[in-house]
Amino acid sequence: MTVPDTLVGISPGVWELPRTYKHGMRVPARLYGTRELVHDFDAGVFEQITNVASLPGIVKYALCMPDGHWGYGFPIGGVAAFDPDHGVISPGGIGFDINCGMRLVSTNLTYDEVKPVLEKLVDRLFERIPAGVGSTGFVKLTPDEFLTVSREGARWCLKNGYAVADDLDRTEEEGCMKGADPAKVSQKAVQRGYNQIGTLGSGNHYLEIQVARQENVYDQELAGAFGITRPDQIVVMYHCGSRGFGHQIATDYLHVLLSVMEREYGINIIDKELACAPFKSPEGQDYFSAMKCAVNMSFANRQVILHRIREVFSEIFRRSPEDLGIRQIYDVTHNTAKLEEHSIDGRAKQLLVHRKGSTRAFGPGMGDLPEDYRKTGQPVIIGGSMETGSYLLAGVKGGAGTFYSTAHGSGRTMSRHSARKMYQGKSLLKDMKGRGIYVRTVSYKGLAEEAGGAYKNIDDVVKATELAGISKRVARFVPIGNIKG
Amino acid sequence: MPYRYLGDIAIADIAFEAQANTREALFVEAGNALTNVMVEDLQSIHPVEHRNFHIKARDLERLLFEFLQVLIFYKDAEQLLLTVPKVSITEKDDNLFLNAEAAGERINPETHELNADVKAVTLHRFHVRHDPEGWKTTVVLDV
Repeated sequence: MTVPDTLVGISPGVWELPRTYKHGMRVPARLYGTRELVHDFDAGVFEQITNVASLPGIVKYALCMPDGHWGYGFPIGGVAAFDPDHGVISPGGIGFDINCGMRLVSTNLTYDEVKPVLEKLVDRLFERIPAGVGSTGFVKLTPDEFLTVSREGARWCLKNGYAVADDLDRTEEEGCMKGADPAKVSQKAVQRGYNQIGTLGSGNHYLEIQVARQENVYDQELAGAFGITRPDQIVVMYHCGSRGFGHQIATDYLHVLLSVMEREYGINIIDKELACAPFKSPEGQDYFSAMKCAVNMSFANRQVILHRIREVFSEIFRRSPEDLGIRQIYDVTHNTAKLEEHSIDGRAKQLLVHRKGSTRAFGPGMGDLPEDYRKTGQPVIIGGSMETGSYLLAGVKGGAGTFYSTAHGSGRTMSRHSARKMYQGKSLLKDMKGRGIYVRTVSYKGLAEEAGGAYKNIDDVVKATELAGISKRVARFVPIGNIKG
Repeated sequence: MPYRYLGDIAIADIAFEAQANTREALFVEAGNALTNVMVEDLQSIHPVEHRNFHIKARDLERLLFEFLQVLIFYKDAEQLLLTVPKVSITEKDDNLFLNAEAAGERINPETHELNADVKAVTLHRFHVRHDPEGWKTTVVLDV
């Protein structure tokens, strides 16, 4: 049993560890989930979220979402908001894969229309969207052009024919985080990333063709507003990030912040992966500006992949993307730090909200949402394991307790090492084909690591977010085709 | 035990432990452990391309960290899978200097059975230690 004795239930789906749990905690830690999910959290979650609670300037609580699991620095599923004037920024609260995120795209096709060409469609997507170790993208750029992309994000894609305006409207930050400064990015980061625009990556990154079955639509009205309008509708969901560029920026600044944290700012931390600096310090601001470059690169990466999806669907069905109703529902980032306005004890306050493996979930009427979603609340895209299913949720008005944040996926329960011992990639591929899921992968070992059994039950995770009142189920999608690196 | 992967820490990532009699041999093993995360069979990497590199660091842990990062860098920047059969480490004026001769080839999914892409070396539980059994390190890689 890893659950600390002092963990107490606060309200349905919300649990708290008091400040007295560990020396140095500045605020309590709050963990979200059903009793079962919270009791199944690995020991690392409790250790890491209470470390986060000790960071200077943290406001209200250190939070962990129901899909939380052991990470480094913050747990995956960790959320923490800091006072921008007195608090810190920490790369460990964002992750190495800056702006790792999800994009969901609807079509007007149904399962019956796609089924006869499913293998051809998946094969072609696999050929056209590079995935796996060291793959390079189809958008060929010079390092200088790449820096422009890192400043402009998906706007660059719009100018260069890889996007329609509607895609940007339906992307968090409209696909471009303002204030990105390429001068704060190392040459190494550029060299690692400039040839990777338009690549999926590997690990848990994938692209899936999914079906929205009628019985899996939980809120017809919201589903309709988000573009899920017909029985057995086909959607495309994918998960990827800022590739080597973001990984290097995070690595570079981890060391920059470690070198000044204690010496310059007198900050002592429990875990080196929580390296941080005051947000308003030169080093903190430099990291924030560099982080935004990776955020923008990642938006551009997912955008050019959408361009390829449009091309492939168009080629296979011999119809234009418009005629196929290919429309982006939304693009969310689940590894970032952003300045947002929240109400703290009845007063509006600007906060720097870190989300590491957590999705922003703004409720109806909140600022920064596109016109289409102002009344519905923000679409939230939750990627499940490749065997089980994924979800579309909506942000709700009552989400203030988590700074309007919710889960991001199903969350691992089994290590990659153990999953490899338990599953075999080739037989898994065959089993899945028998169950109507056609998979193309660069790596059979990598496939085994992503087996459904290595993850928490996604249905439990999303129900827990609903129980705690931080997001609402709209629809569940079942996978029928998958490409992965 | 030159290196082994650990299943009980950082479940979404990959942790390994390496051990050797000398600091230099420890670096070689740690490099192999990292590359072996990305490619199933190290023997499938033919020494076609050669890269020599030099690193200066204040301590052995930072030296190992930067050494492993170089292998990740070449994987992304030049799509090279490298092993480092030869490493030398010298000390001067409180600094450590590493010279490495790496060899390998461009990633080819036809000839290399690929596994997970390594994003970064994390500092989570990262350490190098020396005990009567020799030099040891524990490393968690973000994949």
